[in-house]
Amino acid sequence: MDAAALTFLALGLPFAAAVVAPALTRLLGGNAAWLLALAPLAIFAHLAGFIPEVAAGEIVTGGYIWIPSFNVSFSWLIDGLSLTFALLISGIGTLIVLYSGGYLKGHPDQGRFFSFILMFMGSMQGLVVSDSFLMLFVFWELTSITSFLLIGFDHSREAARRAALQALVVTGGGGLALLAGLLILWNISGVTQFSLLLSFGDELKQSPFYLAALLLVLGGAFTKSAQFPFHFWLPNAMEAPTPVSAYLHSATMVKAGVYLLMRLNPVLGGTTEWQVLLPLFGVTTLVAGAALAVRQTDLKMMLAYTTMSSLGLLVMLTGLGLPYAIEAAVLYLVAHALFKGALFMVAGIIDHETGTRDLTKLGGLRSAMPLTFVIALAAALSMGGLPPFFGFLAKEEIYAALSGFDRRSMVFAALTILGNGLMFAVGFAIALKPFLGPKVDTPRHAHEAPVLLWIGPAILAAKGLSIALMSGLVHRFVTSPMASAVAGEPRTVTISLAPHIGVPLLLSVVTLAVGVVLFLNLTRLRAAMAVILADIGWGPDRGFDQFIRGLVRFAVAATRRLQGGRLDNYMTVTFLLVATVMLALPLRYGEFPRAPFFPGDVPLHEFAIMAIAVLGLFAVVLAVDRLTAIVSLGIQGFAVAMLFLLYGAPDLAFTQFMIETLSVVVLALVMTRLRLSPSDHRPLRQKLPDFAIALACGMGFGLFLLRVTGVPFDSTLTDFFNLYSKSIAHGANVVNVIIVDFRGTDTLGEIAVVLVAGLSILSLVRLRAGSLRRGETREIAAADANAKEPV
Amino acid sequence: MKSIIFRTVAPFLAGLMMLFSIFVLLRGHNEPGGGFIGGLIAVSALAIYGIAHGVETVRRAIFFHPMAIAGAGLFAATVAGLVSIFARVPFMTGLWIYPSVLGVEVPLSTVMLFDTGVYLVVVGAISSIALSLEERGGA
Repeated sequence: MDAAALTFLALGLPFAAAVVAPALTRLLGGNAAWLLALAPLAIFAHLAGFIPEVAAGEIVTGGYIWIPSFNVSFSWLIDGLSLTFALLISGIGTLIVLYSGGYLKGHPDQGRFFSFILMFMGSMQGLVVSDSFLMLFVFWELTSITSFLLIGFDHSREAARRAALQALVVTGGGGLALLAGLLILWNISGVTQFSLLLSFGDELKQSPFYLAALLLVLGGAFTKSAQFPFHFWLPNAMEAPTPVSAYLHSATMVKAGVYLLMRLNPVLGGTTEWQVLLPLFGVTTLVAGAALAVRQTDLKMMLAYTTMSSLGLLVMLTGLGLPYAIEAAVLYLVAHALFKGALFMVAGIIDHETGTRDLTKLGGLRSAMPLTFVIALAAALSMGGLPPFFGFLAKEEIYAALSGFDRRSMVFAALTILGNGLMFAVGFAIALKPFLGPKVDTPRHAHEAPVLLWIGPAILAAKGLSIALMSGLVHRFVTSPMASAVAGEPRTVTISLAPHIGVPLLLSVVTLAVGVVLFLNLTRLRAAMAVILADIGWGPDRGFDQFIRGLVRFAVAATRRLQGGRLDNYMTVTFLLVATVMLALPLRYGEFPRAPFFPGDVPLHEFAIMAIAVLGLFAVVLAVDRLTAIVSLGIQGFAVAMLFLLYGAPDLAFTQFMIETLSVVVLALVMTRLRLSPSDHRPLRQKLPDFAIALACGMGFGLFLLRVTGVPFDSTLTDFFNLYSKSIAHGANVVNVIIVDFRGTDTLGEIAVVLVAGLSILSLVRLRAGSLRRGETREIAAADANAKEPV
Repeated sequence: MKSIIFRTVAPFLAGLMMLFSIFVLLRGHNEPGGGFIGGLIAVSALAIYGIAHGVETVRRAIFFHPMAIAGAGLFAATVAGLVSIFARVPFMTGLWIYPSVLGVEVPLSTVMLFDTGVYLVVVGAISSIALSLEERGGA
């Protein structure tokens, strides 16, 4: 098997594992994690095989043609950037699967959880290695959908459902903006693959559509990466079980936006717009996130807000356009994935073992959970940017980028110090507060976590130390290739733990001092933040609710106005429109049939069939009760089917027969169900206009058909299908071959429509009149409750 | 329905129609027929059986929920389209194999699978509507 096929399998493996996960979990319980973790581990191993190649500056591409007529392929691009991301996703994914095995042990839906998280892993993996735009978009939305499933995993709680929906609306909506942006990029460049796009120079930046494309792409990236003011879904997503928060909301999914910005940096970056928008939103998110984190006492919420702030930092660094900024973003991204993943898992362990994750209700756990304490401390040291951890290297590089003496650098440096100082304080509050001090009674008696729980964070925390010690190796194989890919030109990362005196170190010391001061005053700071936030009152989270409520209200009003619920009104409007189109257009363009000709050589039996059809119509119109009318409609249909048969269209005739039969049955059933009066009681003044409309429609169609058949028949298509049906599609029945082969994609769409229509009709049928009324009162009650609920 | 003749004949008729629908489905590629028509015949069979013996009997007889059948059909049709990726040809390209079963060469193809998917979607979607209407309407 060649490397391309193996990569393809690696991309599909998480989905395959997701399929077997529920059955495996039923069999083995939480221990299924050991087996399921083999899937991401295998992917990690496969991807690690690319490291030497990529470090040598090569770009691995591969893939399959998907829809050549649309220039769409299923293809991947593995360079320094996507490889680092993919390694983080599969590596941390392995640990997360193990952690979920312990965290949800005994949960009745654990199998489903494994399934969801593996599907998410596959989507994320696909997202970062995608070469084609469409594939990126599909995986982008798949991560939104799987994260919806994961956030709403605890679906019996309303808060979880709301958070899931909110995340889906925000990130999925952003995905649509991204799609539009990608289409514009396609339009400007004419290519659909990143590997080709990256070879474009300044062409994109000079296009008049550059700003539109940039804004749309940013719309996708900022929503996904929780940039202010789209950040609100991220803290709400903490409703998800902790493994999800550790994986999606720190290490992977929220970084998708950052990934996209980094991927497009060589072709879209460097312009004024880029260097204004990204740092501006980034730094706002950095400071706002850190400030909001201080306000929280829930461990996960604090982590969520610091994640938001870290994402802001990454976006800012990607957009700064200063020397070392890209390198700093790369280092910080890796460091953050490691320490934040570990801290989230620690928060989960504390919650799991003590029954609470409220900082004010925890203390003195160091003797009961020494291992967890060590892990938390190691992660917090990296988060605080202290040597000898990898976070220190990242922070030094950040300050190296910001150590210029122009005004822009100084402003950003000051704000970054503030943000980092706040994050430092929050990080150590999480790592120290629950473990030090006097012992506090917790809902559950605390003891050390089982191996499945601590192994993940332990490895991540240890990695944060070991890759700092081996920084030379890491730079050569991981960070330098990644920085080069982001910058679009060769870059070498050199920073190491070796002592270096300079402005960056000075700024680090300042951050440390700010952080310590803030940490010591955290309680006071929290109270102050609470007061400020209470004074502001309104936030984007509430704005989201108002937006959704407004949307629903608008939809209700529009529906009431347009669809009053009287079927005959709809019918009248529809057929009036049909009649107008059918008659007005030929009138406008003088396209009426020249002379209604009547062929003289119609055999008698065809006349007879036509007579039956006409008789059927009269029977419909004159029928006394509705059932007779329905059956008479069938007569007419059968007669038409007979004509099809006589004119050599057996397939059509066949289908027509079946459709007529079934529609008579279904219509009859609907009639009985609607409990209509058996006969038609319309007054004459309503019957006459209806009659006129019907007549106009009939005339319109009749004239139209006469006109169409009057044109000489173009047999190009017929010849084509007759010629190729047998020879290339192996079928003699041309109609069927067209349906299932030549135009198979159309049919696929059509049957999907049939299925969806079936589902909607089914749900309509199930809504009984009585339950409808009950449903309405329930809705009103819910709306009242919403209105009263303080948001 | 009360008619004893109808009640007696209905199961046989439905069974025959079911067989016929599969026959129509399979011959579709070369003779008049195919997934859509076959599916419609099968739905008629189920409708007849339902009118004669009640919806519950039909539901028991088809075992799966009709919508599940439709879903399986859509899945089969999509898979039939995706198989071509492994053969490195564009999505939805028909692939054919000719294995020999008991000395007879049987042409099998992704197109066949696709048509079966169409059949199942039609059967599932339309019979679920018809059955639910019969259920409430007849009562």
